[in-house]
Amino acid sequence: MTVLNRRKFLGRGAALTGTTLTGAAMMPGFALAADTIKLGSILDTSGPFDAYGKPMDMAMRLAVSQINAAGGLLGKQVEVISYDTQSDMALYTQYGQQLTRKDRVDVVHGGILSASREAIRQTMRKTQTLYFYNVLYEGGVCDRNIFINGVTPAQQVEALVPYAMEKAGKKVYILAADYNYGQYMASWIKKFVADNGGETIGVDFFPLDVSDFGSTIAKIQTAGPDLVIAPLVGGNHLSFFRQWAAAGMKDRIPLASTTLGVGNEHKVLTPEEGNGIMVAYNYSQELDTPENNAFKEAWAAANDGDQSMHEIAVSNYHGLLTWAEGVRKAGSLDRDAIIAALETGVSITGPGGVVTVDPKTHHAVLDVHLMEIQDQRMRVIKSLPQRQPIDTQAVCDLEANPDDNTQYEIQI
Amino acid sequence: MDLSFVILVEILYGIASLALISAGLAVVFGMMKVINLAHGEFMMMGGYATITAVNLGVNVFVAMLIVAPLVVGLIGLVVERLVIRHLYGRLVDTMLATWGLSLFFVGSVTMIFGNTTTSITTPIKGFSVGNYQINGYNFFIIFITICLLAGIYVLLKTTRAGLIARGTMQRSDIAAALGYSPDRIYMATFFFGSALSGLAGAVLAPLVGLVPTSGGIYIAKAFITVIAGGPSLIAGLISSAGLFGLVNQVFTFAISPVIGEVALLVAAVILLRLLPQGVTARFFKGKM
Amino acid sequence: MSRTAGKGDVAALIFGVALMLIMPMLISTYTLTVLVIYGMLGLSLGLIWGFGGILCFGQAAFFGLGAYTYAVAAINIGESTLPMLLSILVPALFAALLGAMMFCGRLTDVYLGVITLVVTLILFKFTNSTAGPQYKIGEARLGGFNGIPGFHTLNVPGQPNAYIWGEPLYYVCAVALLVVFFFVTWLLRTPFGRIAVGIRENETRVSLMGYDVRARKTALFAIGAGIAGLAVGLFANWAEIVTPGLFSLGQSAEIIIWCIVGGLGTRFGPILGAAGLAYLKFMLGQQTMVDNTLITGIILVMFVLFLPKGIVPAVTSLWTVSFAKRTPKGRRHRSSARRRGGAHG
Repeated sequence: MTVLNRRKFLGRGAALTGTTLTGAAMMPGFALAADTIKLGSILDTSGPFDAYGKPMDMAMRLAVSQINAAGGLLGKQVEVISYDTQSDMALYTQYGQQLTRKDRVDVVHGGILSASREAIRQTMRKTQTLYFYNVLYEGGVCDRNIFINGVTPAQQVEALVPYAMEKAGKKVYILAADYNYGQYMASWIKKFVADNGGETIGVDFFPLDVSDFGSTIAKIQTAGPDLVIAPLVGGNHLSFFRQWAAAGMKDRIPLASTTLGVGNEHKVLTPEEGNGIMVAYNYSQELDTPENNAFKEAWAAANDGDQSMHEIAVSNYHGLLTWAEGVRKAGSLDRDAIIAALETGVSITGPGGVVTVDPKTHHAVLDVHLMEIQDQRMRVIKSLPQRQPIDTQAVCDLEANPDDNTQYEIQI
Repeated sequence: MDLSFVILVEILYGIASLALISAGLAVVFGMMKVINLAHGEFMMMGGYATITAVNLGVNVFVAMLIVAPLVVGLIGLVVERLVIRHLYGRLVDTMLATWGLSLFFVGSVTMIFGNTTTSITTPIKGFSVGNYQINGYNFFIIFITICLLAGIYVLLKTTRAGLIARGTMQRSDIAAALGYSPDRIYMATFFFGSALSGLAGAVLAPLVGLVPTSGGIYIAKAFITVIAGGPSLIAGLISSAGLFGLVNQVFTFAISPVIGEVALLVAAVILLRLLPQGVTARFFKGKM
Repeated sequence: MSRTAGKGDVAALIFGVALMLIMPMLISTYTLTVLVIYGMLGLSLGLIWGFGGILCFGQAAFFGLGAYTYAVAAINIGESTLPMLLSILVPALFAALLGAMMFCGRLTDVYLGVITLVVTLILFKFTNSTAGPQYKIGEARLGGFNGIPGFHTLNVPGQPNAYIWGEPLYYVCAVALLVVFFFVTWLLRTPFGRIAVGIRENETRVSLMGYDVRARKTALFAIGAGIAGLAVGLFANWAEIVTPGLFSLGQSAEIIIWCIVGGLGTRFGPILGAAGLAYLKFMLGQQTMVDNTLITGIILVMFVLFLPKGIVPAVTSLWTVSFAKRTPKGRRHRSSARRRGGAHG
């Protein structure tokens, strides 16, 4: 029996060595619990989604090192326990269990795709582990245990559609990624196009592995829209923007997108391909605020001059700051105390501006910037301060129903 | 009228790109019986080789047509010497080994180039046909594919090297008895096959964004095309790519890209059910 | 192999039960559960490929199909017993139809592999493009790329509110694996199993002896799919979400690799290969030094070069060489070596 216990003990020690930031890695887990705060991070840092996951991981580590350098939280250092899910949904379930039941972390930040969030959300809820999902997504999650600070479709589209239509015209063609986010996004675009007196003359959905858009481009020309809005996602869909430019369409019909640039894709398109595409996000590297400049400098210092931060990485950074603020305000690590503190409408100022927790939905009230891609940069045209997550607010009220636990499909 | 021309070009392009991505695999699998699951990664590396060369100031066409095939061919050579050469005749083991290799390449490329999408501009401008704008690069791909298939045909059919290679693939013992070293010939053929994969990846690179995992989207399609083609290399490629490309593009135009892909796959199932050894086992027998 | 349950079986049973009880002390049960499930999935392909000689590139098709069947049925029914049965039956039926189509067309070898691969891809593309609200079966939205979360999970039959999860789920899975293992053992000893192996060795000879090769292959194929279905029914309960990724090419290749690494033509090999490689992946995810795909790739290549027959046959032959007298075990090993060489021709 003793032999088995020793193995188990050694196994635990070995599991920690690879993942802890603090030097006390060889000490067994229970000894650390008393003097550090354990932060669980669960991201795809290898495999197809690592373009999103790696910068998110860097942002998380930057935030933690800044918090620790400033003396930690409640007088304790924050210790990171991170797992690489290798873009495999089954591993989310495993590491989610590992974080909550074995590592017994105080908070979990992470998840990238909506499927990965849904794979661990219930585990977090069952084990009463506070969970932050810091990614732009389709909206509608209503669960008191989770805080979400990415922009939702309405926040983006509300700003983008009127601007783009004013510039281009009233007839709109939509090309969306064929999954939940794209589907929701397409319906919100249709709604705002109609609200602004326009007409949607075509909608096409593309699975994420489509990379050949030749026939689609011909089809669009047959329809003859004034404006194409393209919430397309990922490396394969990026081909659309290149093939669009290669066919010489770029000067004929203007483009807008709600996703291009989230993974820094605009830096990959050449100026001829990218210039003039209209987008709307919470963050751009070109935001000239003291917070953003400091953030970029700290990032470069921590990562050998790297500048790969993007929308979701900054969201992850915001999420860390928001959580830290919640802990400070609550004065304890108790989950309910932190939730209560955050629900007072905690506000932080990060690289993307002021981010405020919306107590009703646990989503974020944040700035949305209208931008145009110009020479591989996102030039800010106009900033719309403090947009409410109106889509999720329409279906979710955690103040009235604190036990709610669903992802609503928002009917428009 | 303009529209039908545009559609015709798209169909030809669909067929050509299918033949292009399958050519390397047709040599490596069709001739050498190595199930190369790293075929897509060879293409991906061809793309990266092109982009790197262009960034170093090499002319884009030189990079695509010369640098990329050479680089990938050399990588193929190393792989053949270290791994594949131990596995000839062991179909199943080549599968495991090349799957391992494909993961290895994805991992190494991620470590070297990072995981952000990279790409180069399409070197040929678009132009108008009546009211339609059309991608000029499509013609380039069609042209390259035709040249490539003709080249392979001439090489295998009319040159002595081609004759020796084909002979060795059929009966390596006889070839050895006649004084040729099968080991060398296998090595050269694998080099040639990898170079073809690299070329395909390079030529397609300006059209699609490249990430280390982008090889994955080609492998299944290439496999289906090669196997449905059957034993004859060129005739098989042309007939199966022609059929699948046509079906795919027609359904894409008529309905949607997803239906186009599904139609291609359904066509493959029906085809293999009717002609279980591939098209050229029944038709064009004995052709190249 | 002896025809009756002999000493070997009793030993295997004791070994299996002991392993089931000891493992939770070494690895946490939630990880073990999935290792056991993957083991069962590996065994399902190990049966039809290793013993039936049917190279199926599409075991993931049955895996995914079973998962979606379970999720859709569980949402509509709200109780887990019937959905579990359906998750076994639907893949088995599907495999029977597909098998009948393929084997009657006398498809063999890689052509068979390609058909199964293509069918998997069709299912993958289809489920992947079902994000729209129009894709609905009863109460269940298919959900496209994001999959189906939040269905009713395993409960004690007849008591919808008595959920089986965590530790009990592990024991359910482990016992299920033992049952499947001995079912496969039994099956291989029946005349049906012996003829299946005969078909693998020489299809023409068996068919000339008057056996209906096509029907027998179809049946074996369906049984393998049923086992995969059982595995995935349990998997869905463990993961609490099903996604189109279950149908992916990567998933299919992974199952094949488990079999090769563990050892083809053995019963224990695929289970070991599956559990071992899945655990390796889990361990690798805890380190951040080197890219994980790179390491996995190197390990696989090393395997082919240095342990080409897989773990179990290698260990068996090592055992034979060092300890055993020249017993039938040695003969069995040699025949398995011949078989793998023969896969080419």
